[in-house]
Amino acid sequence: MNNLPNLDPNHTSGLDRRSFLVSSAAAGGGFMLGFHIPAGQAATATDAEVNAWIVINADDSVLIRVAHSEMGQGSMTALAMLVAEELDCDWSKVRTEFVDPRLNITRNKVYGGMATVGSRAVRTSHEYLRKAGASARQMLVSAAAQRWNVPAGECQAAASVITHAASNRKLGYGAVAQAAAKLSPPKDVALKDPSSWKIAGKSTMRLDIAEKVMGKPIYAIDVALPDMLHAAIAQSPVFGGKLKSYDEAAIKNRKGVHSVVPLANAVAVVGESYWHAQRALKAMPIAWDDGANGKVTSTEIAAFLTGGLNDSGDVPVARNDGDVKAALAGAAKVIEAEYRVPFLSHAAMEPMNCTVRFTEGGLEVWAPTQNAEAILSAAARASGIEPTKIVVHLTYSGGGFGRRGGAAPGDYVDQAVLIAKAVGRPVKMVWSREEDIQHDFYRPISSIKFAAGLDAEGNPVAWNTRVAGQSILSTANPAGIKNNMDAGFLICFTDNPYDVKNIKVDYAMRNTHVPVGYWRSVNHSQNGYFRECFFDEIARAAGQDPYEYRRKLLKNAPKQLAVLDAVAKKARWGEPLPPGHFHGIAQVDGYGSYVAAVAEISMNADGSPRVHRVTTAVDCGYVVNPDSVETQLQGAVVWALSAALYGEITIKNGRVEQGNFDNYRMLLMAQMPEVDVVQIPSGGFWGGIGEPGAPPVGPAVANAMLAATGIPVRSLPIIKRSTTSV
Amino acid sequence: MINININGKEHAVDVDPDMPLLWVLRDTLGMMGTKFGCGIAQCGACTVQLDGVAARACATPVSAVAGLKITTIEGLSTDGSHPVQKAWIAHQVPQCGYCQSGMMMAVDALLKSSPNPTDAEIDAAITNICRCGTYARVRQAIHTAAKT
Ligand code: FES
Ligand code: FES
Repeated sequence: MNNLPNLDPNHTSGLDRRSFLVSSAAAGGGFMLGFHIPAGQAATATDAEVNAWIVINADDSVLIRVAHSEMGQGSMTALAMLVAEELDCDWSKVRTEFVDPRLNITRNKVYGGMATVGSRAVRTSHEYLRKAGASARQMLVSAAAQRWNVPAGECQAAASVITHAASNRKLGYGAVAQAAAKLSPPKDVALKDPSSWKIAGKSTMRLDIAEKVMGKPIYAIDVALPDMLHAAIAQSPVFGGKLKSYDEAAIKNRKGVHSVVPLANAVAVVGESYWHAQRALKAMPIAWDDGANGKVTSTEIAAFLTGGLNDSGDVPVARNDGDVKAALAGAAKVIEAEYRVPFLSHAAMEPMNCTVRFTEGGLEVWAPTQNAEAILSAAARASGIEPTKIVVHLTYSGGGFGRRGGAAPGDYVDQAVLIAKAVGRPVKMVWSREEDIQHDFYRPISSIKFAAGLDAEGNPVAWNTRVAGQSILSTANPAGIKNNMDAGFLICFTDNPYDVKNIKVDYAMRNTHVPVGYWRSVNHSQNGYFRECFFDEIARAAGQDPYEYRRKLLKNAPKQLAVLDAVAKKARWGEPLPPGHFHGIAQVDGYGSYVAAVAEISMNADGSPRVHRVTTAVDCGYVVNPDSVETQLQGAVVWALSAALYGEITIKNGRVEQGNFDNYRMLLMAQMPEVDVVQIPSGGFWGGIGEPGAPPVGPAVANAMLAATGIPVRSLPIIKRSTTSV
Repeated sequence: MINININGKEHAVDVDPDMPLLWVLRDTLGMMGTKFGCGIAQCGACTVQLDGVAARACATPVSAVAGLKITTIEGLSTDGSHPVQKAWIAHQVPQCGYCQSGMMMAVDALLKSSPNPTDAEIDAAITNICRCGTYARVRQAIHTAAKT
């Protein structure tokens, strides 16, 4: 113990504290997003901050600031590549640093939104980042031209060197950076055509990987401070419950126990090590006031949703093309089905944790996050200290998947602040895996009732969709629910791309006491499964091949069709498979990208599938780092298979029944299929990549099972259908 | 006092004999490379080697490792030059990276006992959880490391 904070300053601690704090002059600035540094915040003497994103040192090294979180998705590297591309700098000289969220306040939001959610890091910031790079390049060229006393138009920049060909003179970026920083930025800059990119668009080694293979202390959970204590926490097992009482005397005299800190709905034991704290916490008798929900069970919740499926009352309608009722009545054949999915937990590998140190008049916080600004405001809220006096140390996050941004990103920060305040020493609070799985913001539970009508030729003439499930807004923003509608919950249906004339989508919202949130691929995760599996039921009823049937009905959706064709070709759809092997196919677009998947499975004797191979095809428009896109698609296959095969959070007595990886099962190497990823970037748009790979994978597996068995998979997880392991 | 040998260095630690090695490493000695993921020997994030054999440090009391050679991720190499680390970089395996210390320690132990493992051996030996889903590249990187 008693180590100094041992986070690597090059990559984790954000900006040094230099002069930025003092200036709040920026507040009234109205600066263009992306690269104007507010007045009074000029570069320091030792390095040249050419603009808010770019610092170039005399040795030509380039520091690029990254405002989004790096939780494994690779956007730290991708965002730096976009800046470097337009800057025309030498990529080998680039390093990055996370933006200090205070700086975004004092600099009047020059860094834009920092929330790293919705697969948005690249697709929402590419333009202002590229402009920041292009603008800085122009300033560097101007500074060199001024020094040489030649027109800037005669100078060229490439790989961090400015050249004046006529006089055969060269200057490195480092030599003119300080002069460039004093120039005013150009009013507007032209961006390169992506076809001429040299850095972006090429597979590039990620900047974070070298540290990650050496066990460096690069996560929030790794911080160690002088005099630091460790906290373990138990939260009310029933959502909405409160702490009633606890028997501190039972553990107070144990070795290594420092103190007990009660919170409104939790109690923490503070000790010399996490193990001392956690062991004592487990031994301490605690009584909870369960509140109104202490008896709720999954069976009850399921019945509540069934009520929604059958609700004949006034249910809000989100889409109503043509006349579904009449079309169904006149159909040659009607297919009906009900589908269900359970709650799911995020279970990021780095458990929720937060370290807090009170300083003179201020506060320091370390926490894994997808939204540094939300950490800052949570710490300010819990401590009563103004945000500009709070330092959020940014680290890599050991996964996030939506748990550390979005619905309630601050819960763990509030707790750590209150605990550190109570004990008067720095505290690192770590949630046990059980706390993590039992106090999540879960992927919502949902169910569907479909009816589709076919004409005599097997063409679909009507598709009715009734959704009954829990809106994420019920937790994230209850005030955002208007007229019992949450349009986001109906994605994949409201934008159903299949060519069916009569379509109706309505929603019987059924909110439970279980907190819900954004879970990698969010509402596309369940709705993609529902839609694509029911589609195969329709195709089957029509007696048609599910790939060909999709092709026919996607004739007005060329991008969906293109990934569908690409995946079918790569997986050799329709060609003979090994005996006992079956293919299933699905396509789901989302987050601005288009993805299709084919799964190849065989059936185990116990009725469970063995997934041999998953092929996916993706069109995300422009690709920044192709290798990173591939890893995200590979990872999404695992994410989706864990959920489809095993994933289920159930409720008993108002609380979550699962608690750790022994009963919330994950895919392992042994179940890992071969994965082929086909990238067909068509350009012209910027799609996300962290999430869209997941939604088509589960339905592709389920559809392969339908092909193998003739029995549709109408509820998840798949493992529940069998008696032994997959 | 319990004497333990970590990465070739002797440490005398004044801790409860039943304190898990994971927490001795992290909270007593400040060696943060070994990670906490589950605490019940399920995920492998805390994998270290005891005399070259993979073990889950969260379920290994410190008293049980006296006299054994403990190797942690920090002991593979300090400059990324170990064949497993090199293969991990070449295949760009880590995503969030949090599981990878344990993953690499398990893989290195496998390669010690089986220098050229089959896929079936890999499946049986590498039971670490990677929530980011890096398994496809883990497998490729194991085969690459086996060749070096
Ligand atoms: S922390 Fe030891 S196996 Fe998970
Ligand atoms: S790389 Fe994130 S859990 Fe394995």
